[in-house]
This record gives sequence, structure tokens and C-alpha cells, in this order.
Amino acid sequence: MKMVTAIIKPFKLDDVREALSEIGVQGITVTEVKGFGRQKGHTELYRGAEYVVDFLPKVKIEAAVSEDDLDKVIDAITKSANTNKIGDGKIFVSALEQTIRIRTGETGREAL
Amino acid sequence: MRQQEKSKMTIQKSHWTSLLLITLLSALPEVTLAQELSTGNTAWILTATALVLFMTIPGLSMFYAGIVRSKNVLSILMQCFAITCLVSILWLVYLYSLAFGEGNIWIGDLSKAFMAGVGKDALAGDIPETVFSMFQLTFAIITPALIVGAFAERMKFSSMLLFSAIWVTLVYAPVTHWVWSDNGWLKNMGLLDFAGGTVVHITAGVSALVAAIVIGKRHGFPQTAMPPHNLTMTIGGAGMLWVGWFGFNAGSALAANGDAGMAMMVTHISAAAGAMAWMVMEWIRYGKPSVLGIVTGMVAGLGTITPASGFVGPAGALLIGLTAGVVCFGATNFLKRALKIDDSLDVFPVHGVGGILGTIAVGIFASTELGIFSGQGFAKGVSSMGQQLGIQFVGVISILIYTAVITFIILKVIDMVIGLRVSKEEEIEGLDIALHEERGYII
Repeated sequence: MKMVTAIIKPFKLDDVREALSEIGVQGITVTEVKGFGRQKGHTELYRGAEYVVDFLPKVKIEAAVSEDDLDKVIDAITKSANTNKIGDGKIFVSALEQTIRIRTGETGREAL
Repeated sequence: MRQQEKSKMTIQKSHWTSLLLITLLSALPEVTLAQELSTGNTAWILTATALVLFMTIPGLSMFYAGIVRSKNVLSILMQCFAITCLVSILWLVYLYSLAFGEGNIWIGDLSKAFMAGVGKDALAGDIPETVFSMFQLTFAIITPALIVGAFAERMKFSSMLLFSAIWVTLVYAPVTHWVWSDNGWLKNMGLLDFAGGTVVHITAGVSALVAAIVIGKRHGFPQTAMPPHNLTMTIGGAGMLWVGWFGFNAGSALAANGDAGMAMMVTHISAAAGAMAWMVMEWIRYGKPSVLGIVTGMVAGLGTITPASGFVGPAGALLIGLTAGVVCFGATNFLKRALKIDDSLDVFPVHGVGGILGTIAVGIFASTELGIFSGQGFAKGVSSMGQQLGIQFVGVISILIYTAVITFIILKVIDMVIGLRVSKEEEIEGLDIALHEERGYII
């Protein structure tokens, strides 16, 4: 099992959710986050007072998937979250030791 | 029945009185007669009074509150509201009398303390004196409320109250007397200030600058980002200010007449021109037109036309508004970026600079010899633009110096006795929780 964590542009969330549903992903967790990457921040100006805003708002999506589905999931996110402009975000994949479904007690792939 | 008869008699009586008046007037056109109440003028000043109070609560309060950080939103609203209550009570007790009582050329007296002699039938001109007093009170309220923008987000509430009470007594009341009372020295010299360019905007603006310097910068200024927390609130407040300003300027005619109509028109034109000018300046200099910019330009246009509103014409107002937008924009940037003075809500560059600019501009655009840019003429006995400009300069300089010196002394004394600023911890925590134990937003 793998944990796929994707940081995307907030307005792309609906597209990504749709793409993941289409390939059969059963559930995702979404968090509003802030951060910076190569895009850096931006400046805001109020009556001549200039502020550099270092952290930009992004959306973090977490999805636990089976190894067989991993490539499909990465492909779906990459395509649906792409605007071809700086700041589109990143996908991180990490190993996932165990999954437990709270209601039934199922574990592993059955619980996904 | 008896009441009907009585009113019938009153009508007949007033009918006879008017007949008598007409006869007298036609016989002696030069004689001035004791004025009778004008219901039309009274109705308009009652309305204008409500409009000007509306400028402070909620207009200015919301305009200011949106620009501070969310942890201080209530402190600003609270300061404006408390000033409204405080000044109202002082006005009744002695302030009205001090400003408009006969006294001497410098200051009124206490003959009208607690509104002594200001009964139901007392007249000021041809409107009830109660209405005149209430109208003037709303000006006395907004002036100290304007100053709170300078020391926003860091002043102790108790010190703010004390400062406001002493300030309206030692600065606002005398300056009002100089400019608007029948025996004030500046009025008799011929100073033209229709609705408070000197009395309201220069006094508030200059005091704001002094206060910002005396109390010092906010913790973290200018490195830390202190962006406005709710510009939608600011836009709402700005719209209320624009509407309320019709009462402020057109009401200052103290009559429902041509002066009031012209004051309303020039006020409107200057607001629009100031807003557009600021927007364009920002667009050129920083690449984008901002929402905060366009509304600030509007306030600059309104503040600047205030002293001129009953004396200039619409084309003159267009030039005054455009100049206000450009000059106040420059002043705001200069104060913040070059001098690094934390006049937090830009009271001086907008109101102070605007008030000075407008008061000087009257000396030019009141002239009847500028073609389409002509105004309604200079003060009585003033024959040239040079002479009027000289008087306007004397007014600006004397009020500027007096206000700066007295404000500085008041602040220094309060600082020595009870302190002006909250502690660093309280400032970082935010005044809403630290001083009022409340939060503006529980989301």
C-alpha cells in the first residue's frame, strides 16, 4: 500500500477529485494548507505599504491506494491538476504500513 | 375644539405678523429684522445632523475597522463609539458653550453650559438652536474619532478617552470658536472655511501626525506585514462616508438653499475626482488599481473640498478633487516609505494634507474671475485673490501650530501620568482580547 500526498492549486480540487473517482479511488482527505516552492510568494500593496506574502494557499490531498493502482492515481492527479504554469504543486509517494477500517475492523487492502 | 380655535388664532396672528413684516420690509429694505423660524431650513438641518452622525457610527468606524488586523477590529469600533458618547456628554455640559458661547475672540464662555437658555424656542439664525447645537455636535464627534486612526492597534483605551476629552476641550472648542463663532478672530478676519477644512480636517490630521510620532510605531512596523483584515467592511464604511458627507458639507449652509445645493454638487464631484486620481496614480506607479486606493482617494477628495464646498463652483471642484487625489497619494507614500512614520490609517496625509490643500484652494477657486472655474466670491471686504490667499494661509498656519503644540503637550502629560501605550504582550495579543476581553470574529 502507498500513501499518495499531492499539493495542488486550490481551484483544481474539483478536477482532481473527479479524476480520482473515475479510476475508482474510494476516498481522499483534503486539507487547506500554505507553503512555498519555486513559485515563491507574492507581494501585496496597501496604500504604498508593500508586504511580501511568503506562503501561498494550496490544497493538500491524501489518498491511500494499493500498489497496483499507484501509477493510475499518479497519472490521474498529474493530468487533472496540470495548468502548465509555475505553482502547480507536487506529488509525494510514501510507503503505508497498515490500514484499518474502523467500523468493520478489516485491515490491509480490504480496508482501502 | 379649544385647541382648534387656538391654532386658528395662531395662524391668523402669524398671518398678520407676515403682513406687517412685508410692509416693513418694503418700507425699509435696508433694515435687518429678527429672524423667524424657517421650517424648510430646520427640516434640512435635522436631516443633515443625522447624516453627519452616520458618518462616524458606523461610517468611519467601519472604514477604519476594516483596515486594522482582525485582532484589533473591536478596539477601533469601540473607540469611535465611546468617543461619540463621551463628546456628546461634554457638549451638553460645557463644550457647546465653550465653542459657540459669546466669550471673546479666542474662546466662548460658560453661559450656555448645560444648554442654559437653549430652550425649545431659542433660535440660531432661522433654525432652532437645539438643531444648530446638535448639528455642530456631530462635527465635534467625528473630529477626535478621525484621530484614532493614527494610534490604532497600540493605544490604551483609558488614555484614548482622556486624550479625546482634553483634546476636544483645548483644541476643538477654541479652533471652532475662532473660525465659526460670530466673534471668532479668524472669522472676522475673513477666513473661508465652509464645513471644516481647518476646524475638522487640519486639527484632526495634524494631531494624528503628532500622536503617531509621540506614541511611536506599532511593534514590527514596517517589516511585519499588517494588511487590512476586511476590505469589504472598509468599502461599506467608505460608501457611508460619501453619503454622510452631503450632510456635512451641504448642511453647513445651515439652510435649504442654493448654497446647500452647490455644496452638495461640488462635494460629489470632488469625491469622484479624488477617487479616480488616486486610482490612476496607483495604476501608473505600482501597476495595479487597488480597492483601498480608490476609496482612500474618495476620502481625500471629500476632505479637501470640505472648506471650499460653499464657495467654489463645480469645475473648480473637479480640479480640487483631482489635485487632492494626486497630492494625498504622494503624501501617503512619502510619510510611510520615506519618513517611516506609523500614522497607521494615514490620517495626516489624507485629512491633514487634504484640509490644508482645500483651505488654500478656496483662496483661488472662490474667485469670480476664473471663467468656468469661478466660484461664489471672496469673503466680505476682501477684494483680491492675494488678500484672500493671505488670510487662508494665516488660518492654516495658526491652527496648524496651535493644534500641534497643544496636542503634543496633552499627549506628553498623559504619557507621564498613566502612559499611552499598551504593553508589548498586549499589543501582540491584540487589543480586543487584551483590553475588552472580546473577539470580533468567532468562526
